[in-house]
Parts: sequence; C-alpha cells; structure tokens
Amino acid sequence: MSLRKPAKNQPDIFEFNSSSLDAAKNIIAKYPSGKQQSAVMALLYIAQKQNDNWIPLAAMKYIAKFLDMPYIKVYEVATFYSMYNLSPVGKYFVQVCTTTPCMIRGANKLVEACKEKISANECELSDDKNCSWMEVECLGACVNAPMMQINDDYFEDLDKEKTLEILDKILSGEKPMPGSYRGRVNNEPENSRKTLMDLKNA
Amino acid sequence: MLEDKDRIFQNLYNDLGPDLDSSQKRGDWINTKEITDRGRDWIINEIKESQLRGRGGAGFPTGLKWSFAPKEVGSRPHYLVINGDESEPGTCKDRDILRFEPHKLIEGCLIASYAIQAHVCYIYIRGEYFVDGQKLQAAINEAYKKKLLGKNAAGTGWDLDIYIHYGAGAYICGEETALLESIEGKKGQPRLKPPFPALVGLYGCPTIINNVETIAVVPTILKRGGKWFASLGREKNTGTKIFCISGNVNNPCNVEEEMNIPLKELIEVHAGGVIGGWDNLQAVIPGGSSMPLIPKDKCETLTMDFDSLVAEKSGLGTAGVVVINKDQDIIKCMARIARFYKHESCGQCTPCREGSGWMWRMLERMAKGEASKDEIEMLGDVTKQIEGHTICAFGEGSSWPVQGLLRHFKYEIKKRNKFDPIVKENKNIPYLVDQHLLDKNA
Repeated sequence: MSLRKPAKNQPDIFEFNSSSLDAAKNIIAKYPSGKQQSAVMALLYIAQKQNDNWIPLAAMKYIAKFLDMPYIKVYEVATFYSMYNLSPVGKYFVQVCTTTPCMIRGANKLVEACKEKISANECELSDDKNCSWMEVECLGACVNAPMMQINDDYFEDLDKEKTLEILDKILSGEKPMPGSYRGRVNNEPENSRKTLMDLKNA
Repeated sequence: MLEDKDRIFQNLYNDLGPDLDSSQKRGDWINTKEITDRGRDWIINEIKESQLRGRGGAGFPTGLKWSFAPKEVGSRPHYLVINGDESEPGTCKDRDILRFEPHKLIEGCLIASYAIQAHVCYIYIRGEYFVDGQKLQAAINEAYKKKLLGKNAAGTGWDLDIYIHYGAGAYICGEETALLESIEGKKGQPRLKPPFPALVGLYGCPTIINNVETIAVVPTILKRGGKWFASLGREKNTGTKIFCISGNVNNPCNVEEEMNIPLKELIEVHAGGVIGGWDNLQAVIPGGSSMPLIPKDKCETLTMDFDSLVAEKSGLGTAGVVVINKDQDIIKCMARIARFYKHESCGQCTPCREGSGWMWRMLERMAKGEASKDEIEMLGDVTKQIEGHTICAFGEGSSWPVQGLLRHFKYEIKKRNKFDPIVKENKNIPYLVDQHLLDKNA
C-alpha cells in the first residue's frame, strides 16, 4: 500500500467555479439516478484541475455535500487512488516511470535529470514553486521506455539529455511536444518493421 | 509469420487514421445489422466456436462468459463493462486500440451489449491514459453523430449508451470486482466471489466484464466467422494476439501475431533481437510482471500461448514480453517488481498487504548481498503464505514472479548471499547469544 497524507496547510473554503459545475453535472448524468456516488472520482479530478493540480480537504467536503454522500467516503477514495494529489505539486507535475521495463532501459537517468533540474528529492516543489517530480509505477507505455508523464502528456523514448531539454523547456514556460523523442512513429519497431508494409507505403 | 490479411488491427501503427471514415474503409461498421439480425444465440455460439479466450490475463473463454448472463432481463438491467485499466508492467496493447482502433472497440461494445442484453456500457480507462481516453471519446461522439450509438444504434434496433469512466492510478482496479467497486465510487478493493459479476455485478445487477482487446476482436470474428479465427494458432489457443515486446531488445514494439508463435521469432524478427545478441539473453518475463520469468535455455523452443506457457509453470497473461539481458541484475529487476506490488496492494487482505512489502525488503537485501542463507528458503515460504490466501488473484500475481526467480535463479541469490547467522568460528565473542550451539558441535 502507498501511504498518503493530506497537506498541512489547507485552504478554508473550496467551491466549484461555473465551468467545473457544468462539467460535474455532465458527469453525474452518465450514471443511473440515485447512483451519483459513481461520479466521485471524476469530480475529484475536476476539483484537482481547478485547484492547481491538488485536492484540499475542503474540496472533499464540498464534493461530499454535492453528491450527498458521507465525507469519509470521499476521503477514502481520495486517499486510496494515487493520482489524486493531496498536497501542492506545482503547475507542472512530472512523473517518471521506474518499474522494471523502464528501469532496465535506464529510467534512473531520467530520475537524475529531474534531481538536477527540479529538486533534490521527489515530491518537493522546485525553487519557483512551479514544478515537482516523483517516481511512479508502470504508466503503461513499456515499449516506449524509458518515459515520463508531465500533467496529461506522455514523453517517450527518452534519455538523460532529452529529459534535460524537456525539463528546461517546461521550467522556462514553453510547452514541449509530447510523444516519442527518438523520432519513431507510435509503437512500430524502428527500422525493422515487417508487418502491414503495404499500408505503411501506401 | 501471420499474413497481413489475417491481422485484425490493421491500424495498429496508425498508418490510416483512427477516424470513422477510415475505419469504415477497413471494414468496421459495414454490416453490424446483419450480425445482430442473426440473433443472440448465433453470436454467442460463433464466439464459442472461435474459442476466443479473454485477452486481459486470465484467458477465460469469452463465449462461455457471455452465456452466464441471464437469458431474460428481470427487474435489474444488465451492464457491459470494458476493462481498460491496463497497468500490468510490460503491457501497452490496449492503449493502441483506444487511440488507433477505437471503432473496432465501439462496434464490439454494441455487438456484445446486444448479445448480453445491456443498454449501458461503461469503459473503464486508467487515469494516466487521459489523452488516449479523449481520443476514444471523440470516436464515441462521432459514432453518436452518425447514429451508430444511442437509440436504434446502427439500425440494429438496439439502444446503447457508452460512457467512459477514468480510473486514478490503482493497479488493483484491473481486477474485475475492484473495477466495479471503483465505478460505484468506492475504493477499489476486490469483492468476494461468488456471487459472480455475471449475476450480481455493477450496482448489484448482472454485469459482463471484458478486456478492451477481447471486445475489439469480436466484430472481426463475427464478420469472418468463428472457424477462421479458430484456424489460427492451435486448439484452445486460437486467433491472434497483440504482443508487447519491451526491455533489452533493439526495437521494442507492439505487434499482432498468431497465437503459438515461437518466442524466439517474436524477439528476433519483430523486435530486432536482444541487445548484445541472442547469447546475451538472461531471462524473459512472458506475460506481464505477474508471470514467472523463464530462463534463456527454455526460451529457445518456447511457443507463446496460454497452455504451453502454463506447462512451463508460467503464463501468457497479457502477452507483455519483457526481455532481460545479461547486463541486468536479475535480482534487482525482481526486487523492483516486488516494490511495484508492495505499492499497488489494496490493503484488504493481510497476507498480501504485509507479505508484498516483506518480499520487497528481502529481495532488496538479497540484491545487495546482505541477506542470510536461510532467508532464501524463508522467502519461498512467504510467497507460499500469500498465494491462495487472498480475496483476489493479486496475491498470486505478487508471489509468482518471486517464485519464478527462486525456481530459476536460486544459485545467483546463493552466490551473492553467503552470510550465515550462526557463528561457527571465533568462539571468543562474549556477547554471542547462541554460544551453546557451538559447544554442542565442538
């Protein structure tokens, strides 16, 4: 199990803004009437997005009222799933996959790059409070290893230099291109593709 | 090698585009009505005849699973749930289906929903695949616009709504009952079975849960016939499968191949060979991290299907092949997998919650050579205490890789960990607790 604790400094109030409110209502409509509790995961995402990438306790209380469910049930969900950030992680949240398939292709170099550029320890904000990084478990892009995720985007086929480049870009406020950084197309074998060649050459 | 015309996922590398027009050119949605007009029994029988087995890891026969759904819809509606919580290390096949072949999945959802009489289908996608989920959502919207979903979907007379539900980074939600808990808005902790989800599932209603790849191959099977699918591979291990080859190979890739393909062909032909040559191969994890590894000498002749891997005391799992060459420290690789399971245990059953951390700490020490000799047997004992003593199969999933390591690389652990806790020499240690043992031997 992963141990997850809420941040010490918590804001007192949280409320959905109008766009979050619309999104929340759309989500609840997906589920049968009376089963609005199903929307709790999506609503936590909405709260996280609205509140600079993390969920304060006030948001959990707000969502509990919103969905007419006990606060502790929302707290349970928010602390169980690892993608809900319970303390500030910065505007750019870098997640480096270090599970075995990435590890054997050199994920530790990516970690080194993050240590150099962002902060010495994981889950620690950078000097400008804009960015943090952490090691995570398999992100499901194993044939593109090693890779990392920054907010929603995947950056694949990396090495240390390329990671440093990407981190430089995000720290200076640019938006780097997601996808493969070795110029390969999706998940095809580079240079040795033997299947579906008619379609490739078409 | 499988011929290109027999490949189901023609757009695996996105040469043609995932949109509806290009998908229709590849044959999706062209005769959905003809298929459903032949009736539920025909569909289920055809799937049974194809001998399709679930692609999510357990390999349960899909036709049989569908036949468990109640024949008549009672007071409780039926649900179809698609498992796209792909989190097994080494596996990344569903992601390519979600982003490049979404219409195969959506058409499969319609046919499967018709077969099990569900009007609502939830597709559960892991939260990290948000961008890929958005691509699927775009395809769903496209399908609604062209009246392929919604009321009288694709002219079949069947109403179907599809919704995406995002997970939030919990591996355990790939277990079917944990996934249902997660959709219900709870923490993803597996339920006891029975009752099985086919009778008591989502919101207490009959629910059929299938993997993304399983559902995505269904339309092609029904269009080309169960016999065609059964003619590929071998008895009870039929059809094609997307293999994900990662790790120490020259060209890691996803490739759709026939079941029962030799592992060596998969690695040498498609993935460009092992880094440093075939002789530099140390071991292969054949089916995602839960499956015990297989050492090099067995890799020479190994064929990749459910039953032949079970015969090697491993399993096909999700067909995520992780190749490990001799430059890697095998104990460290397995220690990292043990850490994965320690992190992802849901905490419901004590053997798994405590045992997964125990195995991880022992393996970390073994990798450093700090463990004592008798701990090697103890580690095997711990895996046996976890296996079979948990609610879900996660207990097996976390202990099998360690058992595989002990089965094939015990000599490596023994070589590195020679420390003996019982001191047999140096008698003059005043604080030695087990001094009496020495006296007896003397």
